[in-house]
Amino acid sequence: MADFWIILTGTLVAATCGVLGCFLVLRKMAMVGDAISHSVLPGIAIAFLVSSSRDSLLMLVGAAVLGLITVFLIQLLQQGGLQSDASIGIVFTALFAIGVILISRNAAHIDLDLDCVLFGEIAYVQWDTLIWNGYDLGPVAVWMLGGTLVLVLAVIGLFYKQFKLCAFDPALAAAVGIPVALFHYLLMGMVSLSTVASFESVGAILVVGMLIVPASTAYLLTDRLSVMLLYSVLIGAVSSAGGYYAAKWLDASIAGAMITVAGILFVLAFVFSPLHGLMARYQKRRKLKTASA
Amino acid sequence: MLATLINWLTDPNMQWILMGSLLLGLGSGVIGSFTFLRKQSLLGDALAHAALPGICIAFMLSGVKSIGLFMIGAVVAGVVATFGIHAITRYSRIKQDAALGIVLSVFFGIGVVMMTKIQHSGNGNQSGLDKYMFGQAASMMLSDVYLVGIVSLILVAVCTLLFKEFKLVSFDPGFARGMGLRVGLLEQLLLLMTVIAVVVGIQAVGVVLVAALLITPAVAARYWTDALSVMVILAGLFGALSGVTGTLISGTLSNLPTGPVTVLAATSLFVVSAVFAPNRGLVAKLVRRLRQRNDLRRSFESAVVDMPGISQRTQAAERSAD
Repeated sequence: MADFWIILTGTLVAATCGVLGCFLVLRKMAMVGDAISHSVLPGIAIAFLVSSSRDSLLMLVGAAVLGLITVFLIQLLQQGGLQSDASIGIVFTALFAIGVILISRNAAHIDLDLDCVLFGEIAYVQWDTLIWNGYDLGPVAVWMLGGTLVLVLAVIGLFYKQFKLCAFDPALAAAVGIPVALFHYLLMGMVSLSTVASFESVGAILVVGMLIVPASTAYLLTDRLSVMLLYSVLIGAVSSAGGYYAAKWLDASIAGAMITVAGILFVLAFVFSPLHGLMARYQKRRKLKTASA
Repeated sequence: MLATLINWLTDPNMQWILMGSLLLGLGSGVIGSFTFLRKQSLLGDALAHAALPGICIAFMLSGVKSIGLFMIGAVVAGVVATFGIHAITRYSRIKQDAALGIVLSVFFGIGVVMMTKIQHSGNGNQSGLDKYMFGQAASMMLSDVYLVGIVSLILVAVCTLLFKEFKLVSFDPGFARGMGLRVGLLEQLLLLMTVIAVVVGIQAVGVVLVAALLITPAVAARYWTDALSVMVILAGLFGALSGVTGTLISGTLSNLPTGPVTVLAATSLFVVSAVFAPNRGLVAKLVRRLRQRNDLRRSFESAVVDMPGISQRTQAAERSAD
C-alpha cells in the first residue's frame, strides 16, 4: 500500500506540474516557475506563525498570495528597465531569504524542517492520513494534490483556447481582446498553488524539475499543444513510478530519483526524438546533402 | 548582543572569517557585473545547483571533508553544466530559460540522490554536506578562509588585468572579434570564473542563494553609474559590505544561517539604490517627471496668455470675412 500511495502522490505532482509546465515552457517563463517555487516559502512560514499548525488551507492561501507578489515584483522591476533574468534573480532570492530567516528564528513555533522544504519527504506521505467521521480516507497529501489537479484541469479546460493563444502569440491574444495579464496572473497563481500543494511531499526543487523537465521533453516530441500536454503528464507519471523503484533500489532520496529519471527521459528524447532529436536532425541534414549532391 | 559583537570583532579567528567573507563578496560582486551585462544572471543559480553532484562525487571518491576537493568537484560539475546548457540550446529548439531549468533541477536531483546515498551509507563524516544548502560562514576553518580569500583575490586580479578585454567582450563581441581579440577564449574564461565565483560563494551563502551574491550587488551598482569601471568597483564594494554584514549578524544572533542574512543585506542595498540613486533612482525619476510637468504647465500657461492675441486675430479674420 505504501508503494501505491507514494507513486500516486508523485504522479499527481507530475500531472499538475506537467500541465502547467507546458505553458511555462512555451511562454519562455520556465525560470519564473523556479522563482515562484522558492519564493512561496515566506508565505508558508507566515501561515504557520499565524495558525501555529499545519493548516493546509491557510498555507495554500499564503503561498498563492506570495506567488502573485513574486510575479508582480518581477514585473515591476522589469518595467523599471531591469532585464528579466536579473529581476527574477533578485526577487526570488530576497523572498526565499526572508522565508529561511522567518523559519530559523521561530524554529520553536514552526514544525518545519528546511531540508524537508527543499527535498520533501515523500516517504512520509502515507502516515499523515485524512480521517473523517472515523473513516480513513487516505493520505492528506493525495487529497490536496488531487484537489489542486482538478482545479488546474478545470481552469485550463475552461479557458483552453485563451491559454493556448496567450502561450503562442500574446500580441494577437491582446488584439483579439483576451485579457492577457489576467491569464498570466491566473497561470502564475496556479503554479504557486501547485508548488505549495506539493512542497511537503516532494520539496521545492522537485516541483521545479516536474514543471520544466517533462514539459520540455514533450516539447521535443510533438508540435501539437494537446499532445504535448498529454505526453508531459505521461512522462511525469513514468518518472515518478520509475524514480520510486530506483530510489528503493539505491536506498536514496525518492524525490531526487524521480527528477533523475525525468532527466534521463529528457536526454533520450533529446537524442532520439523522431521530430526534433539529434539523430533526426543529423539524418535530415544527410538527406539534404545527398539530395543536393 | 553588543557584547557578543565586540567579543566577535576582537577574536582573531573571527577577524579572519570576516576578512574571508569580505573578499568573497568583493570577488563575486566584480564577476557578477560581467555576468549581469552579458545577461547571464540566472546562470549563477543553475551553476550553484549543478555543483551539488560534483561535491558529492568528490566526497565519495576521497572520503574526507575538504573544501579544496569539494571546490574542484564543484567546478568540474559546473563546467559540465555549462556545456549541457549550451548543447541543449544549440542542438534543440528548447530556449535558454528552459535549458537552465532542466540542467538546474536534473543535476540537483542527481546530487540529492547521491547526498542521501552518502547519508544512508552511515559515513560519519557526512555532516558537513548539508551546510552547503544555506551556508555557514562562521563554521569555516582557517585553512578554508585562506582558500576562499585567495581564490577571490585571484578572481579580482584577473578581472583587473583583463578589464579592457572583458569590457569589449561584454558590450560588443563582434567589435572585439574585429579588434583581433580571441572572443571565444575570453568568453570561456569569464564562464569559468563565474563557475569559480559561484563555487566559492556556496561556502558563505549556500546553494540556493548564491545567485543573489552575483546578481544583486551588480544590479544595485548599475543604478549609480554608466561607467563600467565604476560599476565593477561599486559592485565589489556592495558585495563585500553585504558579506561582512551577513557574517556579523548571523554570528551574533543564534539560529541564523549566514546566507539569507547576507542576501537580505545585499537586497537592502539594492532597494536603497533603486530608490535614491541619482538619475536612475525612483526619487530622481519622480523629481524629473514633476519638473517636466511644471515646465509643460509653464509653457502651456504662457501659451494661454497669448490666447487673447489669437482671439483678436480670429475676430479680425471673421470681420474681414463679413
